[in-house]
Amino acid sequence: MVLFAPILDMVDSPEFFIEVIIGGLVAGVMYSLVALGFVLIFKASSVFNFSQGVLALFAALTLVGLMDGTVPILLIDSGFPLPAWAAIIVTGLVMVGLAFLIERIVLRPLVNQDPIILFMSTIGLAFVLEGFGDILWGSEVKALDVGIPTGNFLIGEIQLQVFDMWAAGIAAFMVLVLAVFFQKTRLGRALRAVADDHQAALSVGIPLRNIWIVVWAVAGFVALVAGIMWGSSSGVQFSLSLIALKALPVLILGGFTSVPGAIVGGLIIGVGEKVAEVYWGPMVNGAIENWFAYVLALVFLLFRPQGLFGDKIIERV
Amino acid sequence: MFYREAGQLKSSYAGDEAIFPIVQDRWAMAVLLLFVFGVLPFIGTEYFYQAILIPVMVYSVAAIGLNLLTGYCGQLSLGTGAFMAVGAVACFKLATAFPEMNLIIVFVLSGLVAAGTGLLFGIPSLRIKGFYLAVATLAAQFFLSWLFNKVTWFQNYAPSGTITMPPREVFGFVITGAHASAEARFVFCAIVVTILALAAKNIVRGPIGRSWMAIRDQDIAAELIGYRPFQTKLMAFSVSSFYVGFAGAMAFALWLGSVETAEAFDINQSFQILFMIIIGGLGSILGSFLGAAFIVLMPIILTNVFVGIFDMQAVTAKHIEFIVFGGLIIFFLIVEPQGMARLWQLTKEKLRSWPFPY
Repeated sequence: MVLFAPILDMVDSPEFFIEVIIGGLVAGVMYSLVALGFVLIFKASSVFNFSQGVLALFAALTLVGLMDGTVPILLIDSGFPLPAWAAIIVTGLVMVGLAFLIERIVLRPLVNQDPIILFMSTIGLAFVLEGFGDILWGSEVKALDVGIPTGNFLIGEIQLQVFDMWAAGIAAFMVLVLAVFFQKTRLGRALRAVADDHQAALSVGIPLRNIWIVVWAVAGFVALVAGIMWGSSSGVQFSLSLIALKALPVLILGGFTSVPGAIVGGLIIGVGEKVAEVYWGPMVNGAIENWFAYVLALVFLLFRPQGLFGDKIIERV
Repeated sequence: MFYREAGQLKSSYAGDEAIFPIVQDRWAMAVLLLFVFGVLPFIGTEYFYQAILIPVMVYSVAAIGLNLLTGYCGQLSLGTGAFMAVGAVACFKLATAFPEMNLIIVFVLSGLVAAGTGLLFGIPSLRIKGFYLAVATLAAQFFLSWLFNKVTWFQNYAPSGTITMPPREVFGFVITGAHASAEARFVFCAIVVTILALAAKNIVRGPIGRSWMAIRDQDIAAELIGYRPFQTKLMAFSVSSFYVGFAGAMAFALWLGSVETAEAFDINQSFQILFMIIIGGLGSILGSFLGAAFIVLMPIILTNVFVGIFDMQAVTAKHIEFIVFGGLIIFFLIVEPQGMARLWQLTKEKLRSWPFPY
């Protein structure tokens, strides 16, 4: 009985309920952004990229460093702070360079290994990037402000944050760009071909190695956007890389190979855990946000192992 | 020259199936055991036991546990830390609730409690595989951490939220609590590790281990030739969790003495143990030991080198340590994806003909 009491609360004050849901949606958009990077890489190379969260952290650290005009490693002020747009472009270039290095140094020697080996190598990569980012730009918490407007406004009784609207808008725009990129461009077609079947793609003349660089670069770009959004709302710090873990249940819900799945999954997880935390959390001392997403994903998996939009799992002996 | 098996003919089935079929291996093992039990307890310092030997022992057991599940049965798990926490908390609750109970029984029961929990969280593995399963086990990790943190019954309502092992004796030696000597704890650990490793080795080369490997290699094919995936996978989960829980109880009672459950056995712990078995060698008991030793020693050596020799600041050293650690993992995976156990095998192959190649 006591478990149902919160539902009455929801009906009693619908405005508050809607605010909670919007809060959840916004958090969900953030998860989706990270999950998107995972999906891109998984689709094109079957690599389960654990370092996606750290990529976002690294991108955000680089961006802040450039905007503050910090000299890497020495951590002194160079006196040349870059404007936001220039810093974003430079960081984007850095991410492309990073993708190139990752493909050369890590992935290429590991072609044809078991998925678990590739997974482990991305964990190793996460360690390297984290240490490297901290050495380059220092490890203290930094504020990031790229000029996204803040403030809040009211619609009826419901209070909304301008920043959240921007976050949602940017995420939606990015999904749109990615969708066009994947469906309409030559490169996107090549990427989808590689995702379908490596060998068939190779045999029709698609250069696999370049494709991997492109995929990692795109994932790096997604990480940059995720880093900007998370960094602006909660500061650039190590915990940024931990959101990667939250992206995992999102992936499960949406399916590892589906871009829309990553978005919908993120939104469901975001709303689910906020609602659970606000309404049912107090009954059990709170902090159920930490595990709710995982348990939700676990229960979901029992009924639909391939996720909401994942490819049907067909097994052959 | 010294490592030749020429002339060592096996004249019985038992001889053919022995764990160490070659005389030299048996001697090497005997010398190793003699060294561990006859020399190490008398030469070490407190730091040596507490920072190196005991952690290596504890993590070896945990790594064997995870290796049984991941290396032999092919079920990837990221919930190892949580099952260690279950073992630690069970050990604490049993030791405080039944002060007269023999510590060995406490440990075994803690392992069994962890095995039961593992069974529960292993159920999804029937439907899901690979990385999906890994994420599902994360549910165990976060849920159990939260549970042990929030439900104060698990800490005997201690306001600090930490659990502390009361002093206990085994055969007249104090081996837990603040006054237990490091030597006694080490010897107890070593005995336990020897027994558990031997048991694991025998499980994996018997029918149970074969059924696990069949499931790992191709689960549908295994099902078709008559292995039951349900029983086999759950068996792997429970045996593995028993080992991991046992390791958690050891880590708590024999190594750390007092822990904050949610922090000591967090997600990083799970990853560390996964590192151990992958660097050591998936599907190898020896590899579990090598991996545990590598992961325990690595940071100690790096810290000493960076802070001691290059005189760096501790923070910078920590960051470089991250880079080197991650880099080494990648390096190892590229050079030898089968792990250190495979390197050891290659060395043995080389030794057979050394120093005369023909």
